[in-house]
Amino acid sequence: MHEIITRSIDALPYLVNSDHRLVRRGRFFDKTFLLQVDAIDHYVTVDHGRIEAIFSGKELLRPWSFAIKGSEQAWRRHWEPHPKPGWHDIFAMAKSGQASIDGELQPLMANLRFIKDVLAKPRILQLER
Amino acid sequence: MCSQYNDNSYVEPIVGRYVHVELGGRNNRIYFEENEGADRNGIPLVCLHTAGSDGQQFRHLMTDSEVTDNFRVIAFDLPWHGKSLPPVGYHDEEYRLTTESYVEIVIKFCQSLGLDRPVVMGCSMGGRLVLELALKHPSVLRAVIGLEASDYQEAWYDTDWLHRPDVHGGEVCAALISGLIAPQSPEEFRWETLWGYLSSGPGIFKGDLYFYRQDSDYRDRSPKIDTSVCPMYLLTGEYDFSCTPKDTIRTGHSIVGSEVTIMEKLGHFPMSENPNLFRTYLLPVLKKIRAAA
Repeated sequence: MHEIITRSIDALPYLVNSDHRLVRRGRFFDKTFLLQVDAIDHYVTVDHGRIEAIFSGKELLRPWSFAIKGSEQAWRRHWEPHPKPGWHDIFAMAKSGQASIDGELQPLMANLRFIKDVLAKPRILQLER
Repeated sequence: MCSQYNDNSYVEPIVGRYVHVELGGRNNRIYFEENEGADRNGIPLVCLHTAGSDGQQFRHLMTDSEVTDNFRVIAFDLPWHGKSLPPVGYHDEEYRLTTESYVEIVIKFCQSLGLDRPVVMGCSMGGRLVLELALKHPSVLRAVIGLEASDYQEAWYDTDWLHRPDVHGGEVCAALISGLIAPQSPEEFRWETLWGYLSSGPGIFKGDLYFYRQDSDYRDRSPKIDTSVCPMYLLTGEYDFSCTPKDTIRTGHSIVGSEVTIMEKLGHFPMSENPNLFRTYLLPVLKKIRAAA
């Protein structure tokens, strides 16, 4: 897996949990969602807006609420500091077939701003470089 | 230039009023704003906001002297939007905008203010409508400007999410459209643009999208637009994945004489998400319209 992807997934709990405004935005969200990068599964468990844990790897029957799936290229481009058109938003990527959104959609739609902001957080890593 | 009272307070040179217009047999109280002291001989520039928002999106143009020196900039809130009330009895009906009702609103609004051959500039669904206006009412218009405009767009998500009890309508509308704003747009103006959606009425964005997605496939008629009677300018931001640059270019190709510009580092709300950048694209268009006048 590309280093940017690994760093982004590893840093996600800290990036989210240290942003108090973002945690507040997600205070009603308590779910595990699946973030898929190519064929690699990352189960992101959120408790009141804080990322409690990320489990990476295959585990049969591990439950998740909704899934956001994209190729490694899609996530790398999404996490560029200023993504190019078409890679800058999960719905832009889904509309063009570069990502997919499946599963139980109500928790996603009810907390859409929070989820989008969580998924955009790794952009800051490359800005800091 | 703003009137200074002290270091921190000032009054913007924008005035707002209400006009009562009969639409579909019912009275509608419509709010509009324009630049203060607008030269009544200035070319009227009527601005149509995006679906689910209101006329404040155009406020920056009303305080831009390079625009207001020659144009009377007017933006109104559609009925059910912003400070325009829904008509009496609204609580017993589902709001749905249609091509017919939207055309009626714009034409009657212009008539009620006695505007002489205005330029109509619309964004997104407003950009869609200007195609219909150019086709059906070319002689009463000086030109049309379509921002994020196309003659058709395939529906790409289920709009039922925009109005249901278990999802906050304002929050979900704003979150959905947030991705249509260019990443480079200033944070201040990004969130101001989102406020239009956060504060919109229940089901209004969805009702506007009925027009945009169900009742405005103009592909068969856009080639009939005569740009020698009503010049047409189409400007689309490169980050707009709703009305994509490809959609606008395709539309432009079908309308002989239309001028297409793809705007870099801008998204679906150019006039409100990055007004300083947008004006660099708009001013040359306004200059051409003036020259023709």
